[in-house]
Amino acid sequence: MLHLSAAVDQPSVYDAASYVDLARLAEHGVLDFVTLDDTFARPGLDALSVLSRVAPATHRVGLVPTVTTTHTEPFHVQAAVATLDWVSRGRAGWRLDVSTTEGEARLFGRRHAAPAEELWREAGEVADVAARLWDSWEDDAEIRDVPTGRFIDRDKLHHVDFEGSGFSVRGPSIVPRPPQGHPVRVVDATEGPARRTAARYADVALVRVANAAQAGAVRDQLRKDAARFGRNPDGLRVFASLLADLGDGEHAAEPGHGGGGPRQTAQGPLYRGGPVDLAELIASWHGSGAVDGFHLTPAAPRRDLERLVNGTVPLLQHRGLFRTFYPGSTLRDHLGLARPANQYAGEAS
Amino acid sequence: MTRQPKVKRIHLAAHFPGVGDTTVRADPRSKPQIGFSSFEHLARTAERGLFDFFFLAEGLRPREHKGPVQDLDVVGRPEYLTVLNALAAVTERLGLAATVDATFNEPYELARRLATLDHLSGGRAAWNVVTSSDALTGENFRRGGFLDRADRYTRAAEFVATARELWDSWTPEGVSRPFAHRGPHFDIAGEFTVPRSPQGHPVVIQAGDSDEGREFAAATADVVFSGWGAGGCPPGRHRTRQSSLEAGKAFYADVKRRLAKYGRAHGDLKILPGVSVVLGDTAADAREKAAEIRRQQTSPQTALLTLEQIWGTDLSAYDPDGPLPDFDPVPEYGITQGRTRRGDTVVIAEKWRALAEEKGLSIRETVIEAGGRQSFVGTPQAVADELDAFVRADAADGFILVPHLTPDGLDEFVDRVVPLLQERGAFRTEYEGSTLRSHLGLAAPEQKG
Repeated sequence: MLHLSAAVDQPSVYDAASYVDLARLAEHGVLDFVTLDDTFARPGLDALSVLSRVAPATHRVGLVPTVTTTHTEPFHVQAAVATLDWVSRGRAGWRLDVSTTEGEARLFGRRHAAPAEELWREAGEVADVAARLWDSWEDDAEIRDVPTGRFIDRDKLHHVDFEGSGFSVRGPSIVPRPPQGHPVRVVDATEGPARRTAARYADVALVRVANAAQAGAVRDQLRKDAARFGRNPDGLRVFASLLADLGDGEHAAEPGHGGGGPRQTAQGPLYRGGPVDLAELIASWHGSGAVDGFHLTPAAPRRDLERLVNGTVPLLQHRGLFRTFYPGSTLRDHLGLARPANQYAGEAS
Repeated sequence: MTRQPKVKRIHLAAHFPGVGDTTVRADPRSKPQIGFSSFEHLARTAERGLFDFFFLAEGLRPREHKGPVQDLDVVGRPEYLTVLNALAAVTERLGLAATVDATFNEPYELARRLATLDHLSGGRAAWNVVTSSDALTGENFRRGGFLDRADRYTRAAEFVATARELWDSWTPEGVSRPFAHRGPHFDIAGEFTVPRSPQGHPVVIQAGDSDEGREFAAATADVVFSGWGAGGCPPGRHRTRQSSLEAGKAFYADVKRRLAKYGRAHGDLKILPGVSVVLGDTAADAREKAAEIRRQQTSPQTALLTLEQIWGTDLSAYDPDGPLPDFDPVPEYGITQGRTRRGDTVVIAEKWRALAEEKGLSIRETVIEAGGRQSFVGTPQAVADELDAFVRADAADGFILVPHLTPDGLDEFVDRVVPLLQERGAFRTEYEGSTLRSHLGLAAPEQKG
């Protein structure tokens, strides 16, 4: 099964309607999810808030904001992501990222910048404690038992007692277990320090590479590492992440890019060509087993997303490679990922 | 917008407490407390009623009683700002207020999330500033531990001031200017990532009736969410309409008087007590219904729980239909954690025992009697008259309604009382502006820096 996702990033856009429009367009294209990037380092709205605003205006598409784990509170972050899952009825994801610059550190004034290695280790801890907090309420904790007056079965709420290297959390969460159990965790696994965290905690790993062979190699490595962490590698989806400039024509405008595949640029691998060629590339990479799906960042947000949805997607559907409707309602359904078991179920609190 | 109403206009808001014993969740009409549909219904009803804003409370750790999480009241709630952003999609004019504590958040991140809500809602964001009081909550955060009372307030004041510096760091023309703030609690610098939002600053609400709270509100807040009758009613003393009106007027006059010190005008701060309303077709119906709701809110188990919180002692051997314990509470012994103690428990216990003795009440009856949180009980006409009279007498600028049912708890008020208030010219018949500041009649904040 092929998976498709797209970024709805729009620099310097601060009104809700533009984000709603793009997300609806992606939903029209039956995409698995949209991402919205976020950083304290440049102008932009809080991504989780934007996708919460988008949630009631869409019905099926997954919503994956970037939320840094570096200067934020793990307890607040997990509660916000769980709540995005509640307001979207099971469509929340979370793209974990770290904040590496001293400039970002100064905005908080609590600690200095740290090496990526250290920050990604902390991101792993945050991913871990988030999952524990999502599990800190068992699914059937709310009993609303009128004769005994009890609203919950208190044995089904659990302290998580998490001790990280730089923080600790007692728990339980204030938010009951979200509809998906665990909202989908996405990590860009291109860089070394992030890859280990992705192999261990991500449901979807993004890799920014310019050819299928490289993508396949990273995917193999991620799956091996996941197995080493005791995971079933089939629970990890690996997406190729490309910037997509779908230009003006139906076919490759620039020789050597459309036909020849993406070119590595300072912003990451850039695919330049028409929607037809992009369908060809997607079919070929996916067919060779190099990737489970694609994450595309449109160079011109509306134009390229429209071309993707109206051009590339129908071609892939026509070839029987991509879905024509959403068979399920949650993001996990779209990705073919099971709802995780609760790690505390059956344990006394 | 410039038309001057003949009578003082009432401001109305709705509070969804989410947890605690205000809600009657045993009522079959009670629907999920977490699912978005419940919030959506409440918010749409508030907007249908042309309310100024919808108000969500915050929780950072479930309360624990005798060990594990206490299980009798509604427990658990979603994260406030995320829900409000989603509600911005299904409402058009309603103000959206989030309670967010200034103890376990950081100014940069919170100012950014509030400014984002203001952008995404077209100028409808509000922030109810609170502080966290206990070490239990602290165990969930990087900071750990807790701050003592004085530090909590100075941190909150500096937090709000810092957030305002950040909101002022972009010019209305969209130019970002670097900021730097250095104070006892925060030493931060850089550039804010969000341009000036439609309201300039989200509306700032302050809850609480203490002297520190009043001063803080006079200096900083746009709205005070006060206790009913201002300062509430000490447990064990039954409120009368008159005593509430007098207390409300005294509170109102006191807080408004403090404004001048900060160079602010009378209308710059709105005072909105939290109230609950019970309606009936006749006065007797309403009283009966009110008694029934209080009974539902206070099950035999809840009555014992309430008592244990005051006595600080395991009272599970006591009969809720029997008499109160004849010994004094155990001071300094926290059987319940995660909830601020309501004053001197020995004094409260004394009052409760006196009340029980005077009226011959059981434990449960005493808790019901002393709780007495319903403020306006009567026919729609009587309630409309009273609300209006309170505002005209300068005991309040309006009210924050706390419904006892989710999600239908506002429907009856909106259908039956709002039209009566409109008829007498005491409440708007349409939203005149699009921002929360315009609903509240508050000026745009002056941009500093």
